[in-house]
This record gives sequence, C-alpha cells and structure tokens, in this order.
Amino acid sequence: MYEGAIQDLIDELGRLPGVGPKSAQRIAFHILSAEQADVTRLATALRRVKEQVRFCRICFNVAEADECRICRDARRTDEVLCVVEEPKDVVAIERTGEFRGRYHVLGGAINPLEGVGPDNLRIRELMTRLSGGAVKELILATDPNTEGEATATYLALLVKPMGIAVTRLASGLPVGGDLEYADEITLGRAFEGRRALDV
Amino acid sequence: MYVRQVELVDFRSYPQVSVTLDPGPSVFVGPNGQGKTNLMEALGYLATLGSHRVSSDAPLVRAGAERAVVRAVVVNDGRELLVELELVPGKANRARLNRSPVPRAREILGALRTVLFAPEDLALVRGDPAERRRYLDELLVARYPRYAGVRADYERVLKQRNALLRTSYLARRAGGRRKVDSGDPAVAADLRTLDVWDSHLARHGADLVAGRLELVAGLVPHLEKAYDAVSQGKGRARAAYKSTVDGDGSGELTPDRDVLTARLSAALAKARPSEVERGTTLHGPHRDELLLTLGDLPVRGYASHGECWSFALALRLASFELLRAAGAEPVLILDDVFAELDAGRRERLADLVAGADQVLVTCAVAADVPEALQGGRFDVAAGEVRRVV
Ligand SMILES: Nc1ncnc2c1ncn2[C@@H]1O[C@H](COP(=O)(O)OP(=O)(O)OP(=O)(O)O)[C@@H](O)[C@H]1O
Ligand SMILES: [Mg+2]
Ligand SMILES: [Zn+2]
Repeated sequence: MYEGAIQDLIDELGRLPGVGPKSAQRIAFHILSAEQADVTRLATALRRVKEQVRFCRICFNVAEADECRICRDARRTDEVLCVVEEPKDVVAIERTGEFRGRYHVLGGAINPLEGVGPDNLRIRELMTRLSGGAVKELILATDPNTEGEATATYLALLVKPMGIAVTRLASGLPVGGDLEYADEITLGRAFEGRRALDV
Repeated sequence: MYVRQVELVDFRSYPQVSVTLDPGPSVFVGPNGQGKTNLMEALGYLATLGSHRVSSDAPLVRAGAERAVVRAVVVNDGRELLVELELVPGKANRARLNRSPVPRAREILGALRTVLFAPEDLALVRGDPAERRRYLDELLVARYPRYAGVRADYERVLKQRNALLRTSYLARRAGGRRKVDSGDPAVAADLRTLDVWDSHLARHGADLVAGRLELVAGLVPHLEKAYDAVSQGKGRARAAYKSTVDGDGSGELTPDRDVLTARLSAALAKARPSEVERGTTLHGPHRDELLLTLGDLPVRGYASHGECWSFALALRLASFELLRAAGAEPVLILDDVFAELDAGRRERLADLVAGADQVLVTCAVAADVPEALQGGRFDVAAGEVRRVV
C-alpha cells in the first residue's frame, strides 16, 4: 500500500478491464514521472470522453453530435441495415470497406448469465426503425459465439413476419470469437458471403 | 506413436529427471510413493492438458517450486516432435512445439496421444453417470477433434439456458400471479428467448448425442473383447447409451442429427413447465447415461470389486483399440494394473497389449509383471528413474 493519491490512482487503474495490480502500479508510476503536459492531455481526454461523447439517437453508435457520421452520410444506402453488438464492431466492419449501408448498435447480446435480456438491448428501437419500411435487408453481424448466435436467432424470429430479408455473416469467422478480432480480409469475405438465416 | 524421451523439471516429486524410452513395453518398478504414477501423470498431462488425479495444477508443481516443465520427444510415423509444456498454477499454461511457442497451449493437443488406466478409473464403473459421460466425451474428442467445439458450445448454451430458467421472471411468475400463458408481454419476451435457447440447445445437443451413439456402436465390440480377455471368459460386458432425449428412454435411438434435434426439442417443450419450476434443464446429453452391464445385470450396484476393476480396465483397453483401429494409435499407460489381477489375467493382459506401439506399465513388485511383457525395465526410487534392463 502506498500513501494517498498514488494508491488512489493504482486502485482506479486496477478497476479497468485487462489491467492487473502489477500493471496498474506500473502505469501509475509512469504517470507520476511523466511530463505535466502529457498528464494534462490524458486527464482532458478522460474528462472529454464522458462530457462530449454521446450515443447517436438513430443507431446508438458513439457520436459527437446528435447523429453519428455514418447516419449523416447521404451517400450511404438506407436499404441495408447491419446489426452489431458494440461500437467497436462498427469500426471493424468499416475497416473492411465492404459495407455501404447503415448500422444499428444493440449495446450487447442476450446473456442470461449476466442478466441481459432483450429489454436491456436496443431492440425496441431497432423494430421502430424497421417499421419505417426503408430497410430491405437486415444483416445480423452479432459475434460468432453462443450469445451472439442466440441474439441473431431471436432477432430473426422477431423480424420474420415483417418480410425483410434477414442474413447472417458467412462462416469462416473464428467460432466463439469477437467480431472485432477478425482481420479485414476474413470479415470482408464473411460480409460478401452472407446468407439467408432460416429460423 | 511412441515417446522417445521424457523430461520433467519440478513436476510433482521430481526436481529434474530425464528418461529415454524404446517403442514397445517398458515397465517401471519401485516401492510405494517413489514417483511411478507421477511420471505417468506427466505424460497424461502433456496429452490431455489435465491430470487424472487432480483438477487444479498446484499439486503438480513440486513443493517449493514456482513452475513445472514437462517435455517429451514423440515419434509418430517416423517423424519426431518436441512437445514442451510449462505449468504455472493460476496462470495459463505455456507450450512449445519444436521449440516454437504456440499461441494457446491447447494447440499441442494431438501431438502426444495417450490412453491411461489408473486405479482412479474404478470410478468409471462405480461412480456417477457424469464419470461415464466424461469418459465418452474424452474419447469422442480424441477420435473426432471437432467434438471439442460441439461440447463447448453445448455446455455454454446449457449454462445460459439454466441461468434464464433460474433467474428469469418466468421462474418467479410461473409460481406467482402471472402465468406462463397469460399473454403478458414481458412473459412473452422471456418465452421467446427461451425458445431460442431451446432451439440452440437441441441442435448442439443432438450433435453431441449423435456423436456419442456412433462412438458407443464402435466401442462395444472392443469392450466385449477386452473384458473377455481380462476376465478369461467370465461374463459378457456390454455398454448401452441411455438418453434423456428419448422421452421415456425406451426407444432405439439412431445417430440421425435431424431426428435427434426434433426429439430433443419435443422433450424440452414437454418438460417446460417442470423445467421452469425447477429452474434447470432436465433433458439433453448432460443427463444421459452409459449403462454398463455384465451378463444380465448392471455393473453398478451388482458387480464384485474384481469385476468392476476388470470392467474399468476393459473400458480403457477398448478406447485404446478403437483409436488404434482408426489409425491413430496412442501410447498405452497402465498404472498399477497388475497388483489387482490374478496370475491368469495378468498373462492375458500382457498378451493383449504386447503388440502396442508403446505401453508403459508401473508396478510396486517386480514379480507381478508377467514374463510376456519383455522390454525395458526401470527402477524408480526417490525421484530417480534408472534403466536396469
Ligand atoms: N507437488 C509435489 N511436490 C513434492 N512431492 C510430491 C508432490 N506431489 C506428490 N509428491 C510426492 O510424490 C509421491 C507419490 O508419488 P507417486 O504417486 O508417483 O507414487 P508411486 O510411485 O506411484 O507409488 P504407489 O506405488 O504407491 O502408487 C508422494 O510421496 C508425494 O508426497
Ligand atoms: Mg502409483
Ligand atoms: Zn448513427
């Protein structure tokens, strides 16, 4: 145990995902010995992220305005909507350059072990968007793991009566994995090879 | 396949030991507590990334040491492979193949394959059904590695479904004011997610059941033969897969995945009220049983100690023969097997395994090892392994 501020910082850092006690201590002492300007910049970035970053009111991606860059982009088509779990998945798919439609970010996947059910996700908002009638194809790009598959099946069942084509990314993605860890080529191929989802 | 060399560093009782082995039989002899089983356990661990004696890694590291290393040179089809594993309790194992680190330790699975028989295997016949399910699944994965994924998927879906059954509004509401069929929108949403979990459970479950059924069909002839050999023709050993997928458990199941999926779905639908009430999944491969019989009687609860022992041994020998017939012959490890068998059975067993690529046998008393088992002899004493013949 250290005294006061340095221990507070170690404790806070240790609460971050993937940061163990040893790393927390190393980062804390790195910050302590860093230039004042660097530390101020970090502190500002931390504060700004909570003050300025919002969720797009249409797709729930992170945004700095009411609507995100993608939802504002008039060159993209409204006919294809891609459903993902997290904002980081939008970034991964955008990197492939394969997709010119819009997104919908659920904010997770159905996960009873963690108490996440349909009501905890942006599913009602998705259904409202779909009832607008512009969407012709819904791509379910939830993670290729147990929870992502269950969420995809659940959505497919909900959307089925609406007569919208529902597709799922082609296999070839690492099973049990996270979308964000798939490389651009694999993910791009999975996009091109997407197929209808029967439920 | 055979192990040409094995080296242990700080594994169990061994600070450091290196043993060079030949193909064919090798016998390790030494008084109790000298490290015979420890050496066999190390090879088993390298093959399966688990110990047959303990579920945590801490006891595998020599008292006072921080990490243990197991390395072996394995010869398969004339090609040599150096497999190395470092165990640090509480951390992920680190592994190397031919000196190159692999990203995940499980990538060394298959580099060395073993079938290990040990006194603990008595639980295979005397213990809970879970023991026999594990036996089947381990063999299934050794034979068809894709089932490692099927099993993991099934278990994950099962966990999620049980969590939903336990914690969902459903469980409480079904017993309270709002009934499952009340038309309440929140209940409807819960039910719809349960439908999703049901369909995924049925699909993965059917795949696993089909795999086990196919496996048992291939295993039974080997089991009969092995038991016949070690028991000298006293009784016929059989194994039959009894599935909860099959409603009342009376019908004949065939390994047709579509049929099994439909059956498991139907069983889940029928059991839903009681599953909701009890908060757990009552049908599926996690509740199935491999029923072992000797003659007309079940083994569990009826067979004598010696019969149970012979049956457990026959199950392992059957695994070995099944994998051997599939062209992936594992190293056979028999730990303390002779002490429990009479002279006639020892001879039969020795004849049975004498032709294996490699068989490693431990024993406390040299006189217990039958003549037929000619090969290397090693004395094990106080953490040293010395070749004597
Ligand atoms: N982590 C450890 N550190 C040090 N010693 C250990 C460790 N784990 C086990 N041992 C010692 O290893 C010995 C047991 O070795 P092992 O089980 O290989 O005996 P064995 O030769 O097979 O004997 P038996 O004939 O009774 O089966 C015990 O004396 C035990 O104290
Ligand atoms: Mg022993
Ligand atoms: Zn948006």
